[in-house]
Amino acid sequence: MLIFNNIPALLVAIPLLVSAVVSIISSARIAWILTFSTTLVCLFMAFELIDIVSSKQTLTYAFGGWEPPWGIAFIVDSVNVYLILLVAFISVIATIYAYTMLAREIAAEDLSKAYAVWLLTIASLFGLSMTGDAFNLFVFLEISALSSVTLIALGAGQDRRALIAAYNYLIIGAIGATFYVIGVGYLYAATGTLNLVNIIERLNELGTNQAAITGLAFMLAGIMVKAGIFPVHIWLPAAYSYAPSAVSSFLSAVATKVAIYYFARLLFGIFINITQLIDFFLLYVLMPVSVIAIFYGTIAAIYQTDIKRLFALSSIAQIGYITFAFSLNSHSGISAGFIHIVNHALIKGALFMAVGIFAVGIGKRATMVSLRGVGRQMPITFAGFVIAGLALIGVPLTAGFISKLYLFKAIFETGNVFFVAVIAISSALSVLYLWKIFEVMWLQEPAQPLKIEKEPTVAYISLWLMVITIAIFGIYSHGVSSSGMLAANALVGSR
Amino acid sequence: MSVIYLILSNWNFIAVIMLMMAGLYIVISNQNFIKKLVGLSIFQSSVFIFYISLGKVSSGTAPILTGSPDTIYSNPLPHVLILTAIVVGVATNALGLALVVRINEAFNSIEEKTLLSLKIEDSRHAYEKDDSVK
Repeated sequence: MLIFNNIPALLVAIPLLVSAVVSIISSARIAWILTFSTTLVCLFMAFELIDIVSSKQTLTYAFGGWEPPWGIAFIVDSVNVYLILLVAFISVIATIYAYTMLAREIAAEDLSKAYAVWLLTIASLFGLSMTGDAFNLFVFLEISALSSVTLIALGAGQDRRALIAAYNYLIIGAIGATFYVIGVGYLYAATGTLNLVNIIERLNELGTNQAAITGLAFMLAGIMVKAGIFPVHIWLPAAYSYAPSAVSSFLSAVATKVAIYYFARLLFGIFINITQLIDFFLLYVLMPVSVIAIFYGTIAAIYQTDIKRLFALSSIAQIGYITFAFSLNSHSGISAGFIHIVNHALIKGALFMAVGIFAVGIGKRATMVSLRGVGRQMPITFAGFVIAGLALIGVPLTAGFISKLYLFKAIFETGNVFFVAVIAISSALSVLYLWKIFEVMWLQEPAQPLKIEKEPTVAYISLWLMVITIAIFGIYSHGVSSSGMLAANALVGSR
Repeated sequence: MSVIYLILSNWNFIAVIMLMMAGLYIVISNQNFIKKLVGLSIFQSSVFIFYISLGKVSSGTAPILTGSPDTIYSNPLPHVLILTAIVVGVATNALGLALVVRINEAFNSIEEKTLLSLKIEDSRHAYEKDDSVK
């Protein structure tokens, strides 16, 4: 059928077109209904893609009939098909959450335009996760950066510092994207192609080529900015802590994850061919940086009193776990990284959702002081929050445990005790900041009787959908773990 | 001698590097938000020039079919890519300037130093409000 043949293109085209329609609608309710139905259609198409990929292995979609390497191609294989499903799933739930939460946090006249930008972000994330063309990726990278900057700046209605956070993200993101373009230029000069599959073939013919190595270095540096990997993460804490809660839960769940997926694809798809450098990069650059990121993020989170900023800092540590797993350069390491991409997206999305509901409930920013005793007043949200928090630590029966299990498995294969200590100590440290929040919220008395606003029921539903998914993935872990294995198989072969 | 020849024959890339470093330096060192955007534009333009000089084939003409098989054409693809990148650059600048306008409305300043000191006061203020509650 015609529609099923064009799913990769439609996944980008439909949100893009609906976004244009939504931007001229003035009613926020109709805008939301259009947005929500679009995300549902995308989720359906993502499931269809999984069907296609499981039978055909790799789906290459050539735009306008121009076969790669001449035309732009979208590639869907076992590496990114689960990422597409993740983006589609989280965008459905985050849109449900946005229904009440965005309306409470931004001005009514901006709402329908906010949904238009929201759809633009979704379209660009699908594009980023599918494109097989190095320059096309830059275009999607910039669409996603500009639209997420706009969404973050919408937080100015709550806290004007959102504007500065958005501006800094714009500048740092633009520098990162320009670095990426410089890299693509070098790689194009060396290989004469922009198609990622074709680049690999040409590089194998070329052997060692200085221009190609320089280009790859620039590309990796640019993507690291977008992924929020440690030394270039500085835009992340402010951006996620001042954005509206719906935006921070959506962006923290999927925006950085898509960049990390592409980072892995560059690293293990292309960079791995330059054998004399890949080991050096993984062992002496990525691994130390990841270990520092894990400890920096966790320790900074312990001393943080603003809850949203705390979770943004903990995101840096969690991204550190993912890049650490990649830096082990083994099949099980890569699959552990992909498993944690999925699990961390769900966990951090749920945590930001819960914090947003608390902040709306008490009517001010969620801090260690303002949240005193709130847990007993809002038990349904608090229960979800605790489960997601336990998953972040890695307690059994939650999705976080599965991530840690596969990470330990990958580490034991290397036989290095030091790495076991890194993960164990950092997990123990993350107990500290989460316990602090649990204690403040449940055991401490509020300074004065709390006036809790009517709780947004729709936001509960989306929070609990996430929490239930976390629990299901913690118990029936086969789906996620096999998706990670398949991704690693497709990237590095089943070695 | 060969070093001088190398420099002279690659003067376009040297110009690109100088522009690139100038732009990046302005972005990093300047306190003013508009000047940062100007620096970003210079940085991005240098990359555009880099691409455009990549596409030049020596003694090649504009890539329009002439009919004779031994015409040497310049490579049009980098130029087309840069058309897209210019559009992206314009959009980035427009959004950045719009944000600067909003920042000026909200804080009455677009100097990073002033804003940093303001930010600290802001957050301290937020905690004082919380503490006065107890």
